[in-house]
Amino acid sequence: MVDSVFVGLSVITIGSAILSLESRELLYGGIALAVSMLGIAGYFIILDAPFVAMFQIAVYVGAVAVLIIFTVMLVRAPNTVTKKETRKRKIAGILLGLAFLVLAGSILGNSAATQLKFNDTIPVFDVQAIGKELMTYYSPVLIVLALTLAAAVIGALTLARREDIEERNEPTN
Amino acid sequence: MNQPTDFLYIAVILMSIGIYGLVVKRNALRLIFSIELIANAVNLALITFSRMLPSPQGQVFVLFSIAISAAEVAVGLGIIIIAYRFYKDIDITEYKNLKN
Repeated sequence: MVDSVFVGLSVITIGSAILSLESRELLYGGIALAVSMLGIAGYFIILDAPFVAMFQIAVYVGAVAVLIIFTVMLVRAPNTVTKKETRKRKIAGILLGLAFLVLAGSILGNSAATQLKFNDTIPVFDVQAIGKELMTYYSPVLIVLALTLAAAVIGALTLARREDIEERNEPTN
Repeated sequence: MNQPTDFLYIAVILMSIGIYGLVVKRNALRLIFSIELIANAVNLALITFSRMLPSPQGQVFVLFSIAISAAEVAVGLGIIIIAYRFYKDIDITEYKNLKN
């Protein structure tokens, strides 16, 4: 018993997830990945988590997808469909994915998780509760996470720096 | 009204698509796409359980997870760009010696 919004979101999310891996052009794959992440944000809104949904849209669709699309334009791969993806590897990958799907799906279907229900009687917490958790109990985690993010961005900048241009500009003494 | 298992099935499907991509694809950017799909599936499962209990700590964990995967993508794309500069290709089977 599922409603139509859920079915539509599922079609959009899973369809564009498959398209992001199987599209011929890498650029269209990046755009499909952004659409898939928008679908995940839609699930978050259904699940009464609007703050996380906004965070997901801001970080994934706004930052990560744009970063990936810029990298795709910058790299300009000569052949997006390589000959290394042989038929045997593809069949093995599909079998492995299906095996995981059947395994996890059957475990989920036979477990006690099928009897879990969303209880609508208890009022759902709001953004205030998340802010209180972030500022009190998880505040050291928040600080460490901020430092990690800053270090990762600085590391990425250092990795992508071109040293040969700098040497050419500076006079050698 | 939906039940928690519906969302968990969606998470399982997304994760198996990601595993398929990690096994089959040999393009470095497609591998990053697959890793992002798997991370999103985990986030969806966490939010589902957070709504079911209901407890705000699941959402807090998802916020941390999103921030960490953003950092991971930044470093991964930096590595891809520098590898492209060396090999003129983003096929990971071409990266024979990444040691130097």
